[in-house]
Amino acid sequence: MDQQKNKKYGMVIDLDKCTGCGSCMVACMAENNVPFREDDTDKLLSVSWMQVYRLSNGKAFPQTEECYLPRPCQQCEGHHGHSPCVSVCPATATDYDMHTGIVSQIYTRCFGCRYCMAACPYHVRQFNWWDPVWPTGMERSLNPDVSVRMRGVVEKCSFCFSRYQTSMNKAFLEGRRELEEHEYQTACTQACPAGAIIFGDLNNPKHAVHKLAQPDLAHEGKPRNPKAFRLLERLGTNTKVYYLSNREWVRKAGDNEVKKA
Amino acid sequence: MDSALIPKGVKRCPIGQFALFIAVVGAVLLWGVVAMLLIYIKGLNQTNMNNAYGFALWIWADLAVIALGGGAFFTGLLRYIIGKDELKNIINYAVLIGFVCYSSALLILAIDVGQPLRAWFIFWHANVHSMLTEVAFCLTCYFGVLTIEYVPLVLENRQVDKVPFFHHLSHNMHGIMAIFAATGAFLSFFHQGSLGGVSGVLFGRPFGFRTGINIWPWTFFLYTWSAAACGPCFTIFITRITEMVTRKKLVKDNVIDLLAKIAGWMLLTYIIAKIIDTVYWATVTAPAMGFTLMDFYSNNPGSVYGIWILIAEVGICGLLPAVMLVSSGIRRNPTLLFIAVTLAAIGACLNRWVMVLQTQAVPVLSFEEWFTYMPSWQEIATTILPVAYGIIMIALSYRYLPIFPQERELNPIEGGK
Amino acid sequence: MFPFSFEWIWDMSHMVFHGGLWYALSVIGMGLTYCVIKAVYDTVKGPGGGHGHGHH
Repeated sequence: MDQQKNKKYGMVIDLDKCTGCGSCMVACMAENNVPFREDDTDKLLSVSWMQVYRLSNGKAFPQTEECYLPRPCQQCEGHHGHSPCVSVCPATATDYDMHTGIVSQIYTRCFGCRYCMAACPYHVRQFNWWDPVWPTGMERSLNPDVSVRMRGVVEKCSFCFSRYQTSMNKAFLEGRRELEEHEYQTACTQACPAGAIIFGDLNNPKHAVHKLAQPDLAHEGKPRNPKAFRLLERLGTNTKVYYLSNREWVRKAGDNEVKKA
Repeated sequence: MDSALIPKGVKRCPIGQFALFIAVVGAVLLWGVVAMLLIYIKGLNQTNMNNAYGFALWIWADLAVIALGGGAFFTGLLRYIIGKDELKNIINYAVLIGFVCYSSALLILAIDVGQPLRAWFIFWHANVHSMLTEVAFCLTCYFGVLTIEYVPLVLENRQVDKVPFFHHLSHNMHGIMAIFAATGAFLSFFHQGSLGGVSGVLFGRPFGFRTGINIWPWTFFLYTWSAAACGPCFTIFITRITEMVTRKKLVKDNVIDLLAKIAGWMLLTYIIAKIIDTVYWATVTAPAMGFTLMDFYSNNPGSVYGIWILIAEVGICGLLPAVMLVSSGIRRNPTLLFIAVTLAAIGACLNRWVMVLQTQAVPVLSFEEWFTYMPSWQEIATTILPVAYGIIMIALSYRYLPIFPQERELNPIEGGK
Repeated sequence: MFPFSFEWIWDMSHMVFHGGLWYALSVIGMGLTYCVIKAVYDTVKGPGGGHGHGHH
């Protein structure tokens, strides 16, 4: 059997292209059977694997600038596979996969202690405070490749892992083990009308994400592209979602810094 | 009516009065049970927790109650291993308080998880790297030890003791109690510490994160230390309350004085370590993660987490009671002693509060705001539920079991019995 | 289904954890067993043969 190189599936999101339309959030919800309630105005109680934030440079008119930032699960690698959430789960219901770089979530093993939610600084992990209720007839439009979750378990973006499994099955049937770049793409990537989200293998020099982010593998994936940044780089979470922007205030908003007096 | 069950040589209030007391506390307990059932039936949406507050009132209550129950292991260590014999006059009560505290923690945990029927997964699918796994195992084992330490007291009930097997069993258990106490101290060291590790390992949460030794953040050791210091203070606090309610002296002054003195020195040394840790975290750890100390204490709604909370925890409820307890003049004044142990117990609760709730409240992403939280009535009721249960447990144990060896001597009954 | 099947390896942290856990459980278990067995023995031996506690 071939020695397959480990993949590191990641994203590059161009914040100068994002319009804040929310198509990525809708596509994600449709693809992943994300539950919703009649009144989902409280964003801290609703489930939305992809969340678009609105940032502002804080200046008064006419210098006011805004930026929309889509935030999926950052699929943190931490130091050698120790994501902040994976190491704290007491029931091994979440795991960092070294082959794909994706942090999994086992819904049937999670007993809802919410320690992983306390650990995640990005708030990507959301809890099912209620059982999902699908309006009559809608259950027929649920994605059969993605399990639905009941109340009391944590869920989060999985980089549409079911699509990875489907593509790998197809490749296997065709007698190969490697996927082409276009064969595994997340729902949010494909839905974005501005083409702001790019998805691929950060380890593969041929993939667009690698060319755009230029991750420095010797320094835990820090982007070499000066226009690229990762959220909370300083914490050492070693995430796989790279953001691009020409605007310095946007790049600075990605992390915290102690201002020197 | 129940005089046959009451220990020899002591007086207890009439059964009617006692029943009324239990009924009143029982009503509060019932309110908690109703809330608990609501949570089991309808789910955790009955709380005011949300995706920013995965850990909230219940987790704080767990941590606080276990810290306060630390009197059991530490008094046991002092009595059985270090050999402070005088403490045999308070160890029973310390064990009872510990038993109540730990069973309360387990009860709250059973309500807190999203899938209670899967709670056994923490044992079956254990992730040994997680601090919570360590907590679950050690806590459960230690609760077993506390049960073993409490059972002889139950067996010493006047009527139960008449059964030869129970009499011999309690006698034998007392004989090797040092082994159980040592094991209990060993387990307590780890689970008290792991509870500190719960926040300390979160490298995604600069407020809670600490560096440390090997896999253990400094908060691991600080929590064990503060539990050893504040647990006995809570024991003294509850003893004093019991004496006020029963209008009797139950433990001699020299016993309380010894425990308070040791607790005072533990508290003083703990506070010094805590101050060193806080300074290092504020000047080295947090800035490396991009935060100044005041980032964690400013611009939060209502200044709930203003710098006052740090001063309260470390100063008013830390250094102050420590200094009070190590000064024999202050310690031997009953009013000042009561104030000191109350402040120390509050200090432990404050410490657990900030490490759980402030950690959740502080925004880490630069474009987020502070998160606010107020518990729902269901959360409050289920947190008061174990307090009510504890009062009933203590009341029943005090009434029917020989908890205080010095009670008879301190409260001679005229005419004898 | 079993804990062993989920990428289980006997590394140092597992050994330390299980070592400590089973040591503590063994001590507690053996202690309790001793107490119970001795209590049964003392009960069967009956009063007067040994300690001679007065029963009330």
